[in-house]
Amino acid sequence: MSKFLLVLLATLVSGSAIAAGGYANLMDAEVDVSDEASLQRGAQLFANNCMGCHSAKFVRWNALPEELGVSMELIEENLIWDSGYQAGDVMTAAMRSEDASAWFGAAAPDLSLTARSRGADWVYTYLNSFYVDPDASIGWNNTLLQNSSMPHVLWQLQGVPQPVYEGSGDALKVAEIVVPEGQQGAMTEAEYQQATKDITNFMAFMAEPVRAKRQELGVWVIGFLLVFTILAYFMKREYWRDVH
Amino acid sequence: MSDATTKAQGGMLGWIDARFPLTKMWNEHVGEYYAPKNFNFWYYFGSLALIVLVNQLLTGIWLTMNYNPSAEGAFASVEYIMRDVEWGWLIRYMHSTGASAFFVVVYLHMFRAMLYGSYQKPRELIWIFGMIIYLLLMAEAFMGYLLPWGQMSYWGAQVIISLFGAIPFVGEDLALWIRGDYNISGVTLNRFFALHVVALPLALVGLVVFHILALHEVGSNNPDGVDIKKVKGKDGKPKDGIPFHPYYTVKDTFGLGVFLIFFAAVVFFAPEMGGLFLEKPNFEPANPLQTPEHIAPVWYFTAFYSVLRAVPDKFGGVLAMGAAIFLLFLLPWIDRGKVRSIRYRGLGHKINLALFAFAFVVLSYLGLRAPSEVYFGLTVTLWAQIFTVVYFGFFAFLFVYTAFGFEKTKPVPERVTE
Repeated sequence: MSKFLLVLLATLVSGSAIAAGGYANLMDAEVDVSDEASLQRGAQLFANNCMGCHSAKFVRWNALPEELGVSMELIEENLIWDSGYQAGDVMTAAMRSEDASAWFGAAAPDLSLTARSRGADWVYTYLNSFYVDPDASIGWNNTLLQNSSMPHVLWQLQGVPQPVYEGSGDALKVAEIVVPEGQQGAMTEAEYQQATKDITNFMAFMAEPVRAKRQELGVWVIGFLLVFTILAYFMKREYWRDVH
Repeated sequence: MSDATTKAQGGMLGWIDARFPLTKMWNEHVGEYYAPKNFNFWYYFGSLALIVLVNQLLTGIWLTMNYNPSAEGAFASVEYIMRDVEWGWLIRYMHSTGASAFFVVVYLHMFRAMLYGSYQKPRELIWIFGMIIYLLLMAEAFMGYLLPWGQMSYWGAQVIISLFGAIPFVGEDLALWIRGDYNISGVTLNRFFALHVVALPLALVGLVVFHILALHEVGSNNPDGVDIKKVKGKDGKPKDGIPFHPYYTVKDTFGLGVFLIFFAAVVFFAPEMGGLFLEKPNFEPANPLQTPEHIAPVWYFTAFYSVLRAVPDKFGGVLAMGAAIFLLFLLPWIDRGKVRSIRYRGLGHKINLALFAFAFVVLSYLGLRAPSEVYFGLTVTLWAQIFTVVYFGFFAFLFVYTAFGFEKTKPVPERVTE
């Protein structure tokens, strides 16, 4: 039943995806916000690697336990670095935005809603599109967002990705990014992709914490409506018996 | 019970009826309102529009309880509703999905009127009231879209209001007067909030009452376009009519069930509807210093947006867009035909109406795309120009073949067909 609805909906949405606008060749982040293990890994990676600079000011720490399937104590011990934490606090960054502007040329954007405004696939692709660029002021560049002011924070995990150029002159562009032998990071390519998928998954959760819950609830609501509609149909038929 | 007030009734109802025409009103509009028995699929959308209106009013009231209408607080308060308010996310999605559902239902309702000639004499005023409702609905939706204070809220409003600036002599002052500022600002947000939650809903509800009163005065049209009051039984009731209650109340209950399944599917599984109902850039707070790459209105405005872009001159485009809406008001007088239903009208009219509907859909699609994109070798702008001509052509042809008697209609039956 819900499968039929999902198929129906998928056709509706694919028909309307035209409005999404967008970027070519985005990688598929395969978001699944009901995957608690992935969300837990993503939260840890996010807290350790992203929150030095980025905030998620609409997300309260205490919104995490329920959807991640862990206790608040565990989150307080492992993810929250702020010693002044109080219940109900939101996920703030360690870096002040004035400092960010001075050091990187731009304030690090708040990441509460990025997975919705850019799309989860965009986030995932972005995290897999960094390469070394000696010409860039921060030493790194990104094929998805050229001259992005964000350095490759996860290089210790991925290694040092090198660009493979094609064309020349003005038409010079990065055709491919590879991590050469000897410059690998702590993770294999597959592990790094899984790690960035987990971060993306966690960001998708942050962008809409209720997502898993609403889908779960939706199955029941539509189930009820199907029963209601069938009953309404037979009631209509009974009432209309004398009309035709 | 045709005249309840003269009948002595006991109990609570009798007490009320002696002081307020409760039973009388119920009978006049529901219990003894005789509607044609041959309503088909297209006749669900009137009652659905009423239900969506109620949905918008109720969810709107609850949103207002936590929304903060200021440039500083609006965006954050919407996220607060989505995250911290109990069931706030459901109320918000019902409201945002309801806005699009309103237009889906209203467009189908309007097309029904065009299919069966429900705008023709003696139902011109029903149509006019309906068109004013549609116009107010567009204003309501436009102002409501500014309230989340996202990037598309901001820049969409900026673009649309700047259109007023194209009007000669008074345009710039008019745009300034609407905004209350030189750019969209918190001042604009505050006044749009006031209009969105108080002024326009009041006017809408009032007009819906007029719309229904006018309908019940002349009686409902039907898919055959025949007047059921002409053939009455011995009891003085139309032979082809059935009381609205219980026949259409139970039928519409079934229709409501089907509608709610689709509605819930969007609310629970695709509230953004792939960017059609909630546009991606609107999840970024309004930033007056950064224009989004591609500014597009929400889907229900894009047909008219296409007409606007199809005309190279800005003021000309505004005029064309205005005319595209205004001509619909005149429909009862442009169509000089005596036959109402599409079933008994000429082949030319059938083709003309089909082309009109097709043009509306194509223009809606084109309005979502960038003007420079190419389809089948032609740019979006060129396609929009072609279908703008088709859109206006509908009215021109309609007038010509009905006023000069070129239309070959079929004989209309005395009674409704099954």
